[in-house]
Amino acid sequence: MVNHKISRRTLLTGTAAAGALGLTGMPARAEVNWKKYAGTKLEVILAKGPRGDNLQKYVKEFTELTGIQVEAEQIPEQQQRQKVVIEFTSGRPSFDVVHLSYHVQKRQFEKAGWLADLTPFMKDPALTAPDLVESDFSAAGLQYARNDKGQMLSLPWSVDYFILYYNKELFEKKGVAVPKTLDEMAAAAEKLTDTKEGIYGFVGRGLRNANMAMWSNFFLNYGGEFLDAKGNILTDGPEAIAATKLYQTLLTKSAPPGVAGFNWMESMASFTQGRSAMWIDGVGWAPPLEDPAASRVVGKVGYTVVPAGPKGQYSSTYGDGIGVAAASKNKEAAYLLCQWVVSKTQGARLLQAGGGVPFRNSILGDAEVQKGVKTKEWLQSVIDSGKISKLGLPVVIPVAEFRDIVGAAVTATLSGADPAAELKKANDQYRPILERSEKA
Amino acid sequence: MSALTQSTPGAAQSDVAPEKALRPPSYWPFVVPALVVVIAIIIFPWVFTIWMSLNEWKVGSSTTFVGLSNYLRLTSDPRFIEAVGHTLVYTILSVLLPLVLGTFAAVVFHQKFPGRGFLRGVFIMPMMATPVAIALVWTMMFHPQLGVLNYLLSLVGIPAQLWVFHPATVIPSLVLVETWQWTPLVMLIVLGGLAAIPTEPYESAQIDGASIWQVFRFITLPLIMPFLFIAGMIRMIDAVKSFDIIFAITQGGPGSASETINIYLYSVAFSYYDLGYGSAIAVVFFLLIVLLAAVMLYARQRMLWTEIASGT
Repeated sequence: MVNHKISRRTLLTGTAAAGALGLTGMPARAEVNWKKYAGTKLEVILAKGPRGDNLQKYVKEFTELTGIQVEAEQIPEQQQRQKVVIEFTSGRPSFDVVHLSYHVQKRQFEKAGWLADLTPFMKDPALTAPDLVESDFSAAGLQYARNDKGQMLSLPWSVDYFILYYNKELFEKKGVAVPKTLDEMAAAAEKLTDTKEGIYGFVGRGLRNANMAMWSNFFLNYGGEFLDAKGNILTDGPEAIAATKLYQTLLTKSAPPGVAGFNWMESMASFTQGRSAMWIDGVGWAPPLEDPAASRVVGKVGYTVVPAGPKGQYSSTYGDGIGVAAASKNKEAAYLLCQWVVSKTQGARLLQAGGGVPFRNSILGDAEVQKGVKTKEWLQSVIDSGKISKLGLPVVIPVAEFRDIVGAAVTATLSGADPAAELKKANDQYRPILERSEKA
Repeated sequence: MSALTQSTPGAAQSDVAPEKALRPPSYWPFVVPALVVVIAIIIFPWVFTIWMSLNEWKVGSSTTFVGLSNYLRLTSDPRFIEAVGHTLVYTILSVLLPLVLGTFAAVVFHQKFPGRGFLRGVFIMPMMATPVAIALVWTMMFHPQLGVLNYLLSLVGIPAQLWVFHPATVIPSLVLVETWQWTPLVMLIVLGGLAAIPTEPYESAQIDGASIWQVFRFITLPLIMPFLFIAGMIRMIDAVKSFDIIFAITQGGPGSASETINIYLYSVAFSYYDLGYGSAIAVVFFLLIVLLAAVMLYARQRMLWTEIASGT
């Protein structure tokens, strides 16, 4: 406990010093008046997870800094998304600050005009610390947070890249090298599979909807694009078919039985039990994999970027942001909280706990912050993935329908259905839904 | 005035009649609360659902009246048609299996044997459990690698099954859970029926030398038929609208192999936020339930009459 407190203080003073340095460099800028909204009470709605934990754990520091009271509640992701939408629709949301999933909600929130424009706040030196500038966020973050008019509707909070986790022990045992291409990966997976021992070469999401997050890695690396210039969906072309064939081969030949019902949780269980040699999923799972109480593969896990496909190498990217409700009466105070959430101190804590990856390059690239990260190989895979990041889902309103319909088609191939025919069918089913939503 | 003289009953009546038209009858205050509740929580939601189903209404965008186009969309929506098929298969199986097994259990538990009361109590325990909780337990039992079901199969030399993880076996596996939970209910209802059967027909059958099967087929079964119909109807309504077990175990998967109308409806309304289309599905779903219930009631009515007519 004591140690923990000291490190927290050091971090705080460190940030303060950094802020002061920034000020000396820019004499024209006024200082942020943190206390201006003291006494305000903010309501925050969060999706349950490490990001929410990180906020709630340290929010007292924000109250000390600003005098703003924060009531934050965490709700499981799916329910949080529903609750937020219903409350926004009512016109009087009960919260000022909202945690959103860009890959699902970006277009929906923009089109409905539910979020306040933060651009003027960011330009106001009395509200924004000098180190918080748009150009500090990664390209994916800006792509997510800005609308087509260039307004910042939220602050990018945490990015999720897909990476390849592998079991070094199983690789050594079979003398297999870490795959650099998707073809090598399929071959390695087959070689690593030993059904008699109950060991499988590969595991990953087979469950409809969830599986799209992994499938899109293959799709992008085979050169796929989700939408053409006119906004038509392209997930039945040759790239999608090739990606689905690879998905089908991997999950039917080299994955544990029942993988068609696996989400990340079941996949992780198989991997932490040492039953699967490779796993592709989001970057956030290093803490459970390296936790001796929950994992049998502690210290044996390798972390690397998703192998390259014939047309490129990308890491499917997803992310969360934090924004202010347009209907809120305390927008400035709410903005201060958002700013604190994506601050260097909070971002460093998030990264060091392995609970997420800040979108801000100044945090990820900071040598001091990097020193605090326990698993260096993991950090390297994160940095490398950032360089090849590409959005993993089409930016449209009916994302849930897309994930369900195309996801079901992809899952169907695991019980022997033909990839081309299934994707064609799914596309025919999805196209009118997309057209209807864009027309509305 | 003549008010004082109008005390005869006939005169009083003639006096009340015109007043009736102006003033609501005196029982109104007693009826109004119930009426308000019925309108607010039954009639209004229904009318509103029907109204919504005639509109294109996606959360976050404006509402436009589109007439019957949501219903037309249903006819060409392969996912909906598939869901209707799944619902029917799921319903038929999860009505028939508990009926057969429940009747068998009732006949067994109707016999007098030591420990009967205790065993009856044990038998009805699944019914008391919360569906979502038992669904989670079954999910673990179904697990192809770690589940106890495959372990039990391996003991008798049967290869491991994929249970809810394969499109071909997912619905039968879910029906297994449903059957496990609701067979006791059928048993309770049929036991009540068995207790009401007179003993004379059995005595005469014994004298005539009927076999056990004949006794069951020609005496017990016809006499408990009305009870089976009640049990069947309760089961059917429950099975058609089953949601919790399917949602907790498979969420309609793998793919959409166990997506029933209810699960699809949930996705459309709360995950796609397409309230207009979701309402249209709800209306069709409601009509389907009404239709099934009507068919059952009609069949029951006919059966009772033919029984009386044929003198059984």
